[in-house]
Amino acid sequence: MHIVVCMKQVPDSAQIRVHPVTNTIMRQGVPTIINPYDLFALEEAMRLRDRFGGEVTVLTMGPPMAEDSLRKALTFGADRAVLLTDRFFAGSDTLATSYALAGALAKIGEEFGKPSIVFTGKQTIDGDTAQVGPGIAKRLRLNQLTYVARIAELDLAAEEITVERRAEGGVQVLSTRLPVLVTMLEGTNEMRRGTLEDAFRAARTQVVTWSAADAGITDLTKCGLRGSPTIVKKVFAPSARAEKAHQIPTADLSFEALAEAVMGEIFARQPAIEGDLMRFSSGQ
Amino acid sequence: MIKERFDAIVVGAGPSGNAAAYTMAKEGLKVLQLERGEYPGSKNVQGAILYANALEKIIPDFREDAPLERHIIEQRLWTMDDASHVGMHYRSEDFNEEKPNRYTIIRAQFDKWFSRKVREAGVTLLCETTVTQLLRDTNGKIIGVRTDRGGGTAFADVVILGEGVNGLVGQRSGLRPELNPDSVALAVKEMHFLPREVIESRFNLKGNEGVVIEAMGTITAGMTGTGFLYTNQESISVGIGCIVSDFADNGTSPYALLEALKNHPSIKPLLANSECKEYAAHLIPEGGYYSIPELYGDGWLVVGDAGQFVNAVHREGSNLAMTTGRIAGETVVWLKRRRDEMSKANLAEYKRRLDETFVMKDLRKYKKIPDFLHGNKQVFGLYPKLFTDAAQTWFRVDGTDKRTKENEIFKSFRKGRTLPGLIGDAFKLARAWR
Ligand SMILES: Cc1cc2nc3c(=O)[nH]c(=O)nc-3n(C[C@H](O)[C@H](O)[C@H](O)COP(=O)(O)OP(=O)(O)OC[C@H]3O[C@@H](n4cnc5c(N)ncnc54)[C@H](O)[C@@H]3O)c2cc1C
Repeated sequence: MHIVVCMKQVPDSAQIRVHPVTNTIMRQGVPTIINPYDLFALEEAMRLRDRFGGEVTVLTMGPPMAEDSLRKALTFGADRAVLLTDRFFAGSDTLATSYALAGALAKIGEEFGKPSIVFTGKQTIDGDTAQVGPGIAKRLRLNQLTYVARIAELDLAAEEITVERRAEGGVQVLSTRLPVLVTMLEGTNEMRRGTLEDAFRAARTQVVTWSAADAGITDLTKCGLRGSPTIVKKVFAPSARAEKAHQIPTADLSFEALAEAVMGEIFARQPAIEGDLMRFSSGQ
Repeated sequence: MIKERFDAIVVGAGPSGNAAAYTMAKEGLKVLQLERGEYPGSKNVQGAILYANALEKIIPDFREDAPLERHIIEQRLWTMDDASHVGMHYRSEDFNEEKPNRYTIIRAQFDKWFSRKVREAGVTLLCETTVTQLLRDTNGKIIGVRTDRGGGTAFADVVILGEGVNGLVGQRSGLRPELNPDSVALAVKEMHFLPREVIESRFNLKGNEGVVIEAMGTITAGMTGTGFLYTNQESISVGIGCIVSDFADNGTSPYALLEALKNHPSIKPLLANSECKEYAAHLIPEGGYYSIPELYGDGWLVVGDAGQFVNAVHREGSNLAMTTGRIAGETVVWLKRRRDEMSKANLAEYKRRLDETFVMKDLRKYKKIPDFLHGNKQVFGLYPKLFTDAAQTWFRVDGTDKRTKENEIFKSFRKGRTLPGLIGDAFKLARAWR
């Protein structure tokens, strides 16, 4: 069985800051990581490979330095890595990205065997759209299972997959036929540590690098900025929201009652404080 | 287990490990390098001085693409008390040469660059892989390493340990004793970001010129240590370090010292309006010649900080690391060519070659300095105060005649340290320096 995991190298959002004066995102010197949600997809893919046999290919579209994250994926234990990189892809929105990735997936199918499952993370931490996975599924006419919390069953002979999907108010159990695109939820598994041999193999493996032409993507009007109808008009740092605060109506309260109400609210949320205060006031 | 057998395994991807790995791979040896950090440089203190000569001997044209910040054209040596400093500045247009002699660098970037060169030379580097143990054959010869990754052993003819100052692998394997708190310094350091133009106008620089300040005095609260400040392109590295056992005795925290240094009236304006982005702490081996452990044995060599190769007087470390790494690499290549065993007797060639370099010559020259500084704390507290007071007496115009001022200065020195004390210190220092 061939499984492809689409992943993205993203800036580590924990370390991005917004310039206090210009309100623009300061990207310089921010370390890059594999989009954390994609790691759950990769681990799930490798578990299926370990159980059923086969290969896991990781695919990313990005600048040449995105190779770092592919190498990392190889170190975790992926078998093959494909980097789709071309200046024509610069500035892609989700529509153009899914176009390019779908093209590369088709090419991967020709070169390395048709994938039975394509995984993505549920979304990226820098775009947060969750559109690319479904976009790929649509373009390649794959069945799609989004926000998957668990793969319950995979029957290769019957070409069927059953998953648990987290939905509002409960869990849906869904079955569909392969080939399928699955977007994985976070917290569904834990990324393994590759063995020494995995690390060694990763260091020696050549990352397959394709330009648009190499991947057989010919319609460049659908790529990059030109193929992207989405326009980022403005980036700004949101100010603190008032709704987050809990409001206590003060209208007819005496000062004592008001103090009681505030203390009550605090203690209800932070029970430990109450104990500490009690001990403190009783002088212990 | 990695089935492939290597000519050499290098532990660590700091300057010493990189120099060793590069030198061997360039000559066609099969080298495996193991690094604990996520990438080379990720575990390294940021911002340092690079001495070009040592790197030139390994990568002659490094200036073409290495991430260099500024070349140093001015050195300031300061003696400080709480309110003032007396300085010796040396600035020279000669340092604006085609191939400058010293640069400021940011270690995280520099180590990454160096590592890329190492991999391009053919070394297989595995990151996030910690060596936990050295493997021996029945005769006790070291034949490989065990790592913290599953299935994790690898074998080679020789293991080169470039694991840095607190090299646990060598310690655990009994190749060298644990660090002695008297002979390691703990340095803390911050990176302060400022626009290029501000740095250039504040330090009187143009283009990529840079300044280094080294300072001693009451800033170390009576402990053996120094403070420093380097200009990078868009940031300033500022830090301070003292001997670990002094910190323990004194009870001062390194962070408090650094805060005080940053707020010193001579330093504060240099950092004004900057944004502090990184804080790091790291050990520096400062025991000098007498603390150098065994450097070679059956199947192993030690390079860089793990071998205590730091010249504390001149604040040189990475150049000694690169030089010891290079010479270890050259020794292994030489033995390999002759088809000689990597035995203790043959690897002794490493030490013989080192003895001929500035590394051993300098460390031998200063072998008494660490003891002198440790036993003569007046150098860090009393003398700076005497110097700065003398300067003030001398420069303040207040109607006192100059001879009286001279006498006052002389008296203050005698009172502070007695005449025999003063003369004795001078002798002791001269002897340690010789
Ligand atoms: C604050 C400070 C300022 C300094 N300033 C200067 C300066 O301006 N100029 C200068 O020349 N020197 C300076 N030095 C000294 C210089 O940093 C060191 O001498 C130099 O880095 C030593 O190189 P190394 O390769 O021996 O060790 P390191 O640079 O420490 O590298 C050791 C590497 O080994 C890895 N490692 C350790 N154990 C293992 C293991 N078990 N398995 C795998 N990997 C392992 C570590 O992660 C690390 O990457 C400074 C030091 C400090 C602390």
